[in-house]
Amino acid sequence: MTSFLSEPYVALVLLGFLPSEIWRWLGIALGRGLDETSEIIQWVRAVATALVAGVVARIVLFPPGALAGVPLTVRLVAITCGFLAYYFARRSPFAGVLAGEAVLIIGTLLFVR
Amino acid sequence: MPEPERPPESSIAAFIYGARTAAASVFMFVITVTYIGFGALTHDYGLSVVWAMLSTVLIWAGPAQVILVTTLGSGTLTEAALAVGLSSVRLLPMVVALLPLVRRENTRAWQLVVPVHFIAVSVWVEAMRLAPNIPRERRIPFCNGIGVMLLTTGVVMSAVGYYLSALLPALFGAAAMFITPMSFLVSTARNSRLLLEKTALILGLVIAPVLAYYKIKLDLMWTGVIGGSLAYLLWRMRRPSL
Repeated sequence: MTSFLSEPYVALVLLGFLPSEIWRWLGIALGRGLDETSEIIQWVRAVATALVAGVVARIVLFPPGALAGVPLTVRLVAITCGFLAYYFARRSPFAGVLAGEAVLIIGTLLFVR
Repeated sequence: MPEPERPPESSIAAFIYGARTAAASVFMFVITVTYIGFGALTHDYGLSVVWAMLSTVLIWAGPAQVILVTTLGSGTLTEAALAVGLSSVRLLPMVVALLPLVRRENTRAWQLVVPVHFIAVSVWVEAMRLAPNIPRERRIPFCNGIGVMLLTTGVVMSAVGYYLSALLPALFGAAAMFITPMSFLVSTARNSRLLLEKTALILGLVIAPVLAYYKIKLDLMWTGVIGGSLAYLLWRMRRPSL
């Protein structure tokens, strides 16, 4: 069983595709019949927003792979600068992403090694 | 962002408008960087270019793809499936929140399977923001246009990153992973027009690290449920009339 699941394409479908896609299918099942102005949809929007924020915090604080090589302080300063750039550049997500990346790259070059 | 001069007059026009909107959005850049990084990662882990591209087609959720590749190399297989599943929980409330905006009375569940597959934070953010400006009967093709444009870009860039991996500086991998939280944060903040969503965003940022620090199981799921419910309750209490 284990060796069967270790096949990269089997793993892709069973360990990658299904565990992700199941949430989309459940979303169809649970979202049918709900009205966009209903109270429950307002709650669901709040849950979705909090979850995306949770993903943000998790990746910045407990990063996977290569990002773990960047010091925590640099990651925190970069995400803060990115957000401030977004906010002060008339809420431009482009400005936020570019500024955050610039600070991350410069910070890493300055403080790592 | 270009507003439509006039509402798209056919499904094809709505699809093309969606694709053009996506091409001009910040996510075109974000997806390009993310998937070049992802392609390079799959190369480093000894997977094939076809696997890299197929995983983008089938999974279409950046964090889940990174987790799958990295845990396949280290953790047990159950751990991999569980970690992927938990990282993708966000897709459920995203789909539930989007459906009432795009669905019509006579839309069948099976007709939603393909459009819903495109849902990832990038497509969701753009669809939630712009679909209300489109006539209801054109919203699904509009969302499909956004999805096809961004997913195709992701697939192509997975291959580009795979072949570029030897040339990319070490720092690129870190920058490619960082663009996910950075773009999620600013695009969700921009879409948070109601106090409800702003509160949920802040609560999510605060609760997730606390739960993760104390190694609470299913930390992301609880972040969504607790943060979202608290935000909803606060918002309801502040509303003068119901």
